[in-house]
Amino acid sequence: MSLINTAPEMALTTKIDDFLNWTRKSSVWYMLFGLACCAIEMMQTGGPRADLDRFGAAPRATPRVSDLIIVSGTLTLKMALRTKVLYDQMPDPKYVISMGSCANCGGLFQLAYSVCDGVDKVIPVDVYVPGCPPRPEALTEGLIKLQEKIQQERWLVRKPVAANA
Amino acid sequence: MAVSDPAAVHAVLRSHFGDAIGDLAGTRPDNAGTTVAPSAIVEVCRFLKTETGLAFDCLSNLSGVDYPKRNIIEVVYHLYSYRYRHLFVLKVEAPRDNPAVSSVAGVWSAAEWQEREVFDLLGVTFEGHPDLRRILMPEDWPGHPLRKDFVEPEEYHGISTSRESLLKT
Ligand code: SF4
Repeated sequence: MSLINTAPEMALTTKIDDFLNWTRKSSVWYMLFGLACCAIEMMQTGGPRADLDRFGAAPRATPRVSDLIIVSGTLTLKMALRTKVLYDQMPDPKYVISMGSCANCGGLFQLAYSVCDGVDKVIPVDVYVPGCPPRPEALTEGLIKLQEKIQQERWLVRKPVAANA
Repeated sequence: MAVSDPAAVHAVLRSHFGDAIGDLAGTRPDNAGTTVAPSAIVEVCRFLKTETGLAFDCLSNLSGVDYPKRNIIEVVYHLYSYRYRHLFVLKVEAPRDNPAVSSVAGVWSAAEWQEREVFDLLGVTFEGHPDLRRILMPEDWPGHPLRKDFVEPEEYHGISTSRESLLKT
Protein backbone atom coordinates (compact mmCIF):
# COMPACT_ATOMS: atom_id res chain seq x y z
CA MET A 1 0.00 0.00 0.00
CA SER A 2 1.44 3.29 -0.99
CA LEU A 3 1.32 6.02 1.57
CA ILE A 4 1.87 8.69 -1.00
CA ASN A 5 -0.98 10.41 -2.75
CA THR A 6 -3.67 8.48 -0.93
CA ALA A 7 -6.40 10.17 0.96
CA PRO A 8 -6.71 9.16 4.59
CA GLU A 9 -9.46 6.72 5.22
CA MET A 10 -11.01 8.95 7.84
CA ALA A 11 -10.90 12.67 8.47
CA LEU A 12 -12.47 14.78 11.16
CA THR A 13 -13.40 18.36 10.71
CA THR A 14 -13.96 20.68 13.62
CA LYS A 15 -13.68 24.25 14.70
CA ILE A 16 -10.44 25.37 16.31
CA ASP A 17 -12.33 26.53 19.35
CA ASP A 18 -13.98 23.17 19.75
CA PHE A 19 -10.71 21.38 19.22
CA LEU A 20 -8.92 23.46 21.83
CA ASN A 21 -11.75 23.02 24.28
CA TRP A 22 -11.79 19.30 23.62
CA THR A 23 -8.11 19.06 24.50
CA ARG A 24 -8.58 21.18 27.57
CA LYS A 25 -11.57 19.34 28.91
CA SER A 26 -9.83 16.02 28.37
CA SER A 27 -6.96 16.91 30.65
CA VAL A 28 -8.45 18.59 33.65
CA TRP A 29 -5.75 18.15 36.26
CA TYR A 30 -7.25 18.59 39.67
CA MET A 31 -5.51 19.70 42.80
CA LEU A 32 -5.99 17.46 45.80
CA PHE A 33 -7.64 19.62 48.40
CA GLY A 34 -9.16 17.23 50.89
CA LEU A 35 -10.26 19.02 54.02
CA ALA A 36 -12.48 16.54 55.84
CA CYS A 37 -14.51 13.36 55.38
CA CYS A 38 -15.44 14.26 51.80
CA ALA A 39 -11.77 13.83 50.91
CA ILE A 40 -12.11 10.09 51.46
CA GLU A 41 -14.84 10.03 48.85
CA MET A 42 -12.69 12.09 46.50
CA MET A 43 -9.89 9.53 46.88
CA GLN A 44 -12.41 6.84 45.99
CA THR A 45 -13.34 8.82 42.92
CA GLY A 46 -9.71 8.90 41.87
CA GLY A 47 -9.29 5.23 42.72
CA PRO A 48 -9.68 2.25 40.39
CA ARG A 49 -13.43 1.72 40.74
CA ALA A 50 -14.78 5.18 39.84
CA ASP A 51 -11.50 6.08 38.13
CA LEU A 52 -11.62 9.76 37.32
CA ASP A 53 -8.55 9.22 35.12
CA ARG A 54 -10.92 7.91 32.44
CA PHE A 55 -11.87 11.52 31.81
CA GLY A 56 -8.32 12.71 31.66
CA ALA A 57 -8.40 14.12 35.17
CA ALA A 58 -5.22 13.39 37.06
CA PRO A 59 -4.55 14.35 40.65
CA ARG A 60 -1.86 16.98 41.26
CA ALA A 61 -0.21 17.95 44.48
CA THR A 62 0.50 21.56 43.64
CA PRO A 63 -1.70 24.43 42.52
CA ARG A 64 0.86 25.62 39.98
CA VAL A 65 0.06 22.90 37.45
CA SER A 66 -3.62 22.42 38.27
CA ASP A 67 -6.65 23.44 36.25
CA LEU A 68 -9.23 22.48 38.81
CA ILE A 69 -9.49 22.59 42.56
CA ILE A 70 -11.95 20.18 44.19
CA VAL A 71 -12.74 21.66 47.59
CA SER A 72 -13.83 18.57 49.46
CA GLY A 73 -14.63 19.03 53.10
CA THR A 74 -15.30 21.46 55.88
CA LEU A 75 -13.63 24.79 55.26
CA THR A 76 -12.56 26.54 58.44
CA LEU A 77 -11.98 30.27 58.52
CA LYS A 78 -8.31 29.59 59.16
CA MET A 79 -8.14 27.45 56.02
CA ALA A 80 -10.27 29.87 53.99
CA LEU A 81 -7.42 32.38 53.80
CA ARG A 82 -5.03 29.66 52.64
CA THR A 83 -7.57 28.44 50.09
CA LYS A 84 -7.58 31.88 48.54
CA VAL A 85 -3.77 31.88 48.35
CA LEU A 86 -3.74 28.46 46.67
CA TYR A 87 -6.44 29.48 44.22
CA ASP A 88 -4.49 32.59 43.29
CA GLN A 89 -1.46 30.44 42.54
CA MET A 90 -3.30 28.38 39.93
CA PRO A 91 -2.73 29.45 36.32
CA ASP A 92 -5.72 30.61 34.28
CA PRO A 93 -8.05 29.19 33.08
CA LYS A 94 -9.01 27.62 36.38
CA TYR A 95 -12.11 25.98 37.74
CA VAL A 96 -13.54 25.13 41.14
CA ILE A 97 -15.74 22.22 42.15
CA SER A 98 -17.30 22.58 45.58
CA MET A 99 -17.85 19.07 46.85
CA GLY A 100 -20.30 18.27 49.62
CA SER A 101 -22.59 20.25 51.87
CA CYS A 102 -19.73 21.62 53.93
CA ALA A 103 -17.98 23.26 51.02
CA ASN A 104 -21.32 24.38 49.55
CA CYS A 105 -22.78 26.11 52.59
CA GLY A 106 -21.01 24.99 55.73
CA GLY A 107 -23.17 21.90 56.00
CA LEU A 108 -24.00 20.73 59.45
CA PHE A 109 -21.17 22.81 60.89
CA GLN A 110 -22.34 26.13 59.49
CA LEU A 111 -23.21 27.56 62.91
CA ALA A 112 -19.81 26.72 64.38
CA TYR A 113 -17.60 29.65 65.27
CA SER A 114 -14.63 28.38 63.29
CA VAL A 115 -16.32 27.31 60.06
CA CYS A 116 -16.51 29.34 56.87
CA ASP A 117 -20.00 28.56 55.61
CA GLY A 118 -19.39 28.04 51.94
CA VAL A 119 -16.25 28.14 49.83
CA ASP A 120 -18.02 30.53 47.44
CA LYS A 121 -17.40 33.25 50.01
CA VAL A 122 -13.69 33.12 49.14
CA ILE A 123 -13.34 31.80 45.58
CA PRO A 124 -15.79 31.55 42.65
CA VAL A 125 -17.34 28.12 42.27
CA ASP A 126 -18.23 26.51 38.92
CA VAL A 127 -19.95 23.30 39.98
CA TYR A 128 -21.62 22.49 43.29
CA VAL A 129 -21.91 18.80 44.12
CA PRO A 130 -24.52 18.18 46.83
CA GLY A 131 -24.33 15.37 49.34
CA CYS A 132 -22.81 14.51 52.67
CA PRO A 133 -20.62 13.08 51.35
CA PRO A 134 -21.39 12.87 47.62
CA ARG A 135 -20.82 9.42 46.22
CA PRO A 136 -17.99 8.98 43.69
CA GLU A 137 -20.65 8.81 40.97
CA ALA A 138 -21.85 12.25 42.00
CA LEU A 139 -18.39 13.74 41.86
CA THR A 140 -17.83 12.11 38.48
CA GLU A 141 -21.06 13.71 37.33
CA GLY A 142 -19.75 17.03 38.65
CA LEU A 143 -16.62 16.65 36.55
CA ILE A 144 -18.67 15.80 33.46
CA LYS A 145 -20.78 18.90 34.05
CA LEU A 146 -17.59 20.92 34.27
CA GLN A 147 -16.36 19.39 31.02
CA GLU A 148 -19.61 20.45 29.35
CA LYS A 149 -18.98 23.96 30.60
CA ILE A 150 -15.42 23.96 29.30
CA GLN A 151 -16.55 22.66 25.92
CA GLN A 152 -18.88 25.61 25.47
CA GLU A 153 -16.33 28.30 26.19
CA ARG A 154 -15.24 30.56 23.33
CA TRP A 155 -11.69 31.85 23.30
CA LEU A 156 -11.02 32.87 19.72
CA VAL A 157 -13.98 35.16 19.24
CA ARG A 158 -12.80 38.73 19.31
CA LYS A 159 -14.46 40.57 22.14
CA PRO A 160 -16.44 43.61 20.96
CA VAL A 161 -14.47 46.77 21.63
CA ALA A 162 -16.25 49.22 23.85
CA ALA A 163 -17.57 52.24 21.94
CA ASN A 164 -15.64 54.86 23.85
CA ALA A 165 -12.33 53.01 23.81
CA MET B 1 1.25 -2.23 96.57
CA ALA B 2 -1.33 -0.63 94.34
CA VAL B 3 -3.81 1.85 95.72
CA SER B 4 -6.62 1.18 93.30
CA ASP B 5 -9.61 2.51 95.19
CA PRO B 6 -10.31 6.23 94.54
CA ALA B 7 -11.13 6.75 98.19
CA ALA B 8 -7.74 5.35 99.11
CA VAL B 9 -6.00 7.61 96.56
CA HIS B 10 -7.87 10.52 98.06
CA ALA B 11 -6.85 9.53 101.57
CA VAL B 12 -3.18 9.35 100.56
CA LEU B 13 -3.42 12.81 98.98
CA ARG B 14 -5.14 14.22 102.08
CA SER B 15 -2.49 12.89 104.37
CA HIS B 16 0.25 14.46 102.23
CA PHE B 17 -1.26 17.77 101.22
CA GLY B 18 -3.88 18.42 103.89
CA ASP B 19 -6.18 21.34 103.16
CA ALA B 20 -5.02 21.75 99.56
CA ILE B 21 -7.13 18.70 98.69
CA GLY B 22 -10.93 19.06 98.58
CA ASP B 23 -13.54 16.42 99.28
CA LEU B 24 -13.83 13.23 97.29
CA ALA B 25 -16.42 13.65 94.57
CA GLY B 26 -17.88 11.05 92.22
CA THR B 27 -18.89 7.53 93.01
CA ARG B 28 -17.66 5.32 90.21
CA PRO B 29 -14.00 4.34 89.93
CA ASP B 30 -13.84 6.07 86.56
CA ASN B 31 -15.17 9.47 87.57
CA ALA B 32 -14.06 9.88 91.15
CA GLY B 33 -11.79 12.79 91.90
CA THR B 34 -11.21 15.85 93.95
CA THR B 35 -10.54 19.55 93.74
CA VAL B 36 -7.04 20.83 94.34
CA ALA B 37 -5.91 24.27 95.46
CA PRO B 38 -4.29 26.11 92.51
CA SER B 39 -1.06 26.62 94.42
CA ALA B 40 -0.58 22.89 94.97
CA ILE B 41 -1.46 21.43 91.58
CA VAL B 42 2.06 20.85 90.27
CA GLU B 43 3.22 19.22 93.49
CA VAL B 44 0.11 17.03 93.66
CA CYS B 45 0.60 15.94 90.06
CA ARG B 46 4.26 15.13 90.54
CA PHE B 47 3.41 13.18 93.68
CA LEU B 48 0.67 11.20 91.91
CA LYS B 49 3.01 10.37 89.07
CA THR B 50 6.05 9.33 91.05
CA GLU B 51 4.65 7.82 94.24
CA THR B 52 4.99 4.04 94.37
CA GLY B 53 1.57 2.43 94.40
CA LEU B 54 -0.07 5.37 92.63
CA ALA B 55 2.04 5.71 89.46
CA PHE B 56 -0.34 7.87 87.43
CA ASP B 57 1.99 7.83 84.45
CA CYS B 58 -0.55 9.00 81.87
CA LEU B 59 -2.37 12.29 81.61
CA SER B 60 -5.28 11.07 79.48
CA ASN B 61 -6.97 14.41 79.19
CA LEU B 62 -6.62 17.98 80.28
CA SER B 63 -9.59 20.18 79.59
CA GLY B 64 -11.43 23.22 80.85
CA VAL B 65 -14.99 24.16 81.72
CA ASP B 66 -16.46 27.62 81.93
CA TYR B 67 -18.93 28.32 84.77
CA PRO B 68 -20.11 31.93 84.36
CA LYS B 69 -22.59 31.72 87.25
CA ARG B 70 -19.92 30.63 89.72
CA ASN B 71 -17.53 33.05 87.97
CA ILE B 72 -14.82 30.42 87.64
CA ILE B 73 -13.10 28.41 84.99
CA GLU B 74 -12.31 24.88 86.01
CA VAL B 75 -9.31 23.00 84.62
CA VAL B 76 -9.85 19.24 84.72
CA TYR B 77 -7.10 16.62 84.72
CA HIS B 78 -7.96 13.00 83.94
CA LEU B 79 -5.17 10.75 85.12
CA TYR B 80 -4.59 7.11 84.38
CA SER B 81 -2.09 4.57 85.51
CA TYR B 82 -1.03 2.04 82.90
CA ARG B 83 0.72 0.11 85.59
CA TYR B 84 -2.18 -0.31 88.02
CA ARG B 85 -5.05 0.53 85.65
CA HIS B 86 -6.75 3.01 87.91
CA LEU B 87 -8.07 6.49 87.23
CA PHE B 88 -8.37 9.70 89.15
CA VAL B 89 -9.68 13.16 88.33
CA LEU B 90 -8.26 16.44 89.57
CA LYS B 91 -10.00 19.80 89.27
CA VAL B 92 -8.55 23.27 89.74
CA GLU B 93 -10.67 26.37 89.90
CA ALA B 94 -9.44 29.68 88.55
CA PRO B 95 -11.14 33.08 88.63
CA ARG B 96 -12.91 33.87 85.40
CA ASP B 97 -11.57 37.36 84.77
CA ASN B 98 -7.90 36.42 84.96
CA PRO B 99 -7.54 32.66 85.02
CA ALA B 100 -3.99 31.50 85.67
CA VAL B 101 -2.94 27.99 86.65
CA SER B 102 0.54 26.52 86.98
CA SER B 103 1.55 24.37 84.07
CA VAL B 104 2.02 20.63 84.56
CA ALA B 105 3.95 20.30 81.29
CA GLY B 106 7.04 19.61 83.40
CA VAL B 107 5.34 16.55 84.90
CA TRP B 108 3.72 15.03 81.82
CA SER B 109 4.98 16.49 78.56
CA ALA B 110 1.61 15.47 77.05
CA ALA B 111 0.18 18.42 78.93
CA GLU B 112 1.97 20.87 76.66
CA TRP B 113 -0.45 20.76 73.74
CA GLN B 114 -3.50 20.14 75.88
CA GLU B 115 -2.74 23.24 77.92
CA ARG B 116 -2.31 25.19 74.71
CA GLU B 117 -5.78 24.04 73.69
CA VAL B 118 -7.33 25.17 76.97
CA PHE B 119 -5.49 28.47 76.59
CA ASP B 120 -6.73 28.82 73.05
CA LEU B 121 -10.38 28.00 73.67
CA LEU B 122 -10.90 29.27 77.22
CA GLY B 123 -8.13 31.77 77.80
CA VAL B 124 -6.51 30.12 80.79
CA THR B 125 -2.89 31.24 81.19
CA PHE B 126 -0.62 28.38 82.22
CA GLU B 127 2.29 29.76 84.18
CA GLY B 128 5.60 28.11 83.41
CA HIS B 129 4.38 26.67 80.11
CA PRO B 130 7.30 26.45 77.64
CA ASP B 131 5.39 27.66 74.57
CA LEU B 132 1.96 29.07 75.29
CA ARG B 133 0.45 29.87 71.88
CA ARG B 134 -2.89 29.24 70.24
CA ILE B 135 -3.06 25.76 68.80
CA LEU B 136 -6.34 25.51 66.88
CA MET B 137 -7.68 28.96 66.13
CA PRO B 138 -5.76 31.44 63.95
CA GLU B 139 -3.20 33.58 65.75
CA ASP B 140 -5.24 36.75 65.20
CA TRP B 141 -8.55 35.30 66.39
CA PRO B 142 -10.42 37.58 68.79
CA GLY B 143 -11.36 36.03 72.14
CA HIS B 144 -11.73 32.48 73.34
CA PRO B 145 -14.61 30.65 71.68
CA LEU B 146 -15.53 28.12 74.38
CA ARG B 147 -16.33 30.84 76.88
CA LYS B 148 -20.07 31.00 77.34
CA ASP B 149 -20.18 34.73 76.64
CA PHE B 150 -18.11 34.53 73.46
CA VAL B 151 -19.67 36.51 70.64
CA GLU B 152 -18.84 35.35 67.13
CA PRO B 153 -17.30 38.18 65.12
CA GLU B 154 -19.32 39.48 62.18
CA GLU B 155 -16.52 38.80 59.77
CA TYR B 156 -13.02 37.44 59.65
CA HIS B 157 -10.61 39.04 57.17
CA GLY B 158 -13.52 40.16 55.05
CA ILE B 159 -15.27 36.77 55.09
CA SER B 160 -18.67 37.19 56.67
CA THR B 161 -19.39 34.50 59.23
CA SER B 162 -23.14 34.28 58.78
CA ARG B 163 -25.26 32.79 56.07
CA GLU B 164 -29.01 32.82 55.62
CA SER B 165 -30.46 29.64 56.99
CA LEU B 166 -31.49 27.18 54.34
CA LEU B 167 -34.21 25.82 56.61
CA LYS B 168 -36.30 28.98 56.69
CA THR B 169 -38.75 29.29 53.84
S1 SF4 C 1 -20.28 17.37 53.55
FE1 SF4 C 1 -20.49 15.70 55.05
S2 SF4 C 1 -18.97 14.19 54.38
FE2 SF4 C 1 -18.44 16.12 53.40
S3 SF4 C 1 -16.96 17.10 54.73
FE3 SF4 C 1 -18.97 17.84 55.31
S4 SF4 C 1 -19.64 16.49 56.97
FE4 SF4 C 1 -17.97 15.47 55.91
